[in-house]
Amino acid sequence: MILSIASGKGGTGKTSVVVNMALSLRNIQLLDCDVEEPNAHILLHPKTNETKTVYISTPLVNEEKCDHCGKCAEFCQYNALFVTSEEVLFFPELCHSCGGCAIVCPKDAIREKNVEIGVINLGMADGVELVYGELNVGEPMAVPVIKEVKKQIKNEKTVIIDSPPGTSCPVIESVCGSDYCILVSEPTPFGLHDLKIMVQVLEELNIPFGVIINRAGIGDRKIYDFCEEKGISILLEIPFQRKIAELYSRGIPFIAEMPEWKRKFQLLMDDIKGRMKS
Amino acid sequence: MEEEVSVTHGRYKGAYEKLKQIAVVSGKGGTGKTTITASFAVLVRDIVIADCDVDAPDLHMLLHPQIMKTQEFKGPRLAAIDRTKCTECGLCKDSCRFDAINDNLRIDPFSCEGCGVCVIVCPEKAISLQERISGYAFVSKTKYGIMSHARLNPGEANSGKLVTLVRHNARQIAGEENRDLILIDGPPGIGCPVIASVTGVDAGLIVTEPTMSGIHDLDRALQLLNHFNILPLVCINTHDINRKNTEKIVKFCEKNKVEVAGKIPFDPIATEAMVAGKTIVEHSPENMVSREIEATWKRVLSALNRE
Repeated sequence: MILSIASGKGGTGKTSVVVNMALSLRNIQLLDCDVEEPNAHILLHPKTNETKTVYISTPLVNEEKCDHCGKCAEFCQYNALFVTSEEVLFFPELCHSCGGCAIVCPKDAIREKNVEIGVINLGMADGVELVYGELNVGEPMAVPVIKEVKKQIKNEKTVIIDSPPGTSCPVIESVCGSDYCILVSEPTPFGLHDLKIMVQVLEELNIPFGVIINRAGIGDRKIYDFCEEKGISILLEIPFQRKIAELYSRGIPFIAEMPEWKRKFQLLMDDIKGRMKS
Repeated sequence: MEEEVSVTHGRYKGAYEKLKQIAVVSGKGGTGKTTITASFAVLVRDIVIADCDVDAPDLHMLLHPQIMKTQEFKGPRLAAIDRTKCTECGLCKDSCRFDAINDNLRIDPFSCEGCGVCVIVCPEKAISLQERISGYAFVSKTKYGIMSHARLNPGEANSGKLVTLVRHNARQIAGEENRDLILIDGPPGIGCPVIASVTGVDAGLIVTEPTMSGIHDLDRALQLLNHFNILPLVCINTHDINRKNTEKIVKFCEKNKVEVAGKIPFDPIATEAMVAGKTIVEHSPENMVSREIEATWKRVLSALNRE
């Protein structure tokens, strides 16, 4: 089973939920797909067993063969190639690695070379298998790194995916293919606004979902009204407690000092499994 | 030195020889970028405000823009297969690097990046790229200045390109209205929409929090600004939640020769202001949070003027 955790708004507590949940359950593989700012490893302190480099392929033009016909630039939807009468200019930050330029080149002058854009790390922490990706700073495209993280999915495990904030392509890539998605939000206007956008995304992707309200007690009740109106299940509430915030700030999963929460996360998992059967 | 820069209405005007742009970014989400940006906008007034978090824009909930102009945003085009011509050879599926064509040769709109490879490999010329509207860009009036913002449709790709449009609109307004400052509310992360939000700005204010995650993400956000040669400044929000970590951030900044432009305390009143749909500086101008935000802004301006 693949369970993803998303939020829309950043900083609502996705990683905290993911890590505490993983540590409360057995046979877990945790994938941190927030490759721009991965944080699960900061709370888990894994022992890394393996690091794999993630490459994308970008065009390499053989100037001896090239006659500057411009077909590659004409084809490229992302304006990553610009052809003058003397040379081909390539803008790697715009390239999506589709490979089309090499196909259209009539002189067979373009081949592709691999360029490193990040890494994925595989490790273990307290019985949890952790895979986390890291996009190199300055690289724009997170999706290829997320894809590499997701290639590590082990079907025999219960897989929990920590997705990045936002509602666009990196989020879609992270949650796609999950059996269930938990949306972590907070009872504030920003939390609700961004939750609504994520609800639309999941409805379009046809992924069943429920909501965890983190920092319950702050803000207002509008998020509850929204969930009730839309018939969205509130799976769990985590109250706003100074102790939880303080433990998080020190990089400590709160179940370490509040073991009563272990049971709550186990029940949450049972609840989700039950919902998926029905 | 700080006193030389006034933040009161209109008086900063003419302070610069050319247009200045400041981006508020964070790395980690939820550190308070929007709360702080909105307060800056209220304090300074008559600037151009750009909400570049186009996936999950929140600034409008505090600044209440009245939309004056709406513009369609055409994102990447989408492949479409003409079933009457398709012979189901499967070449398109095999050539697609984005796994956007399934076994039944249907296009998955969420995976398709509109690259056009399927179009050129199809022997029957059965595939074409269709334009689609991926979102909207807006130019709006607020009490505090003109705002350029946008809304990417849920799940759409290419937020970087929409960010570029928002910034283009902001610069255009600044030119037309003779404004010399653009204040940008950036998205979280360090990837494409963030890069699009910070390229060419004069300073980037990284809003962080004193948590282990906050420190980790600050480091990466700082590397990003350095990578693009942008003057970095740091603001530690809710600094009193963990003073030891705040101390670590201050030392980290000293070591990296980055100015800590502000330390803002934790106060639930920040959430109350948000619930009331107001910036904290309007909701509780005398509160320490408001005062520290104002002090932070002064330091940001001083740093900008030193450049």
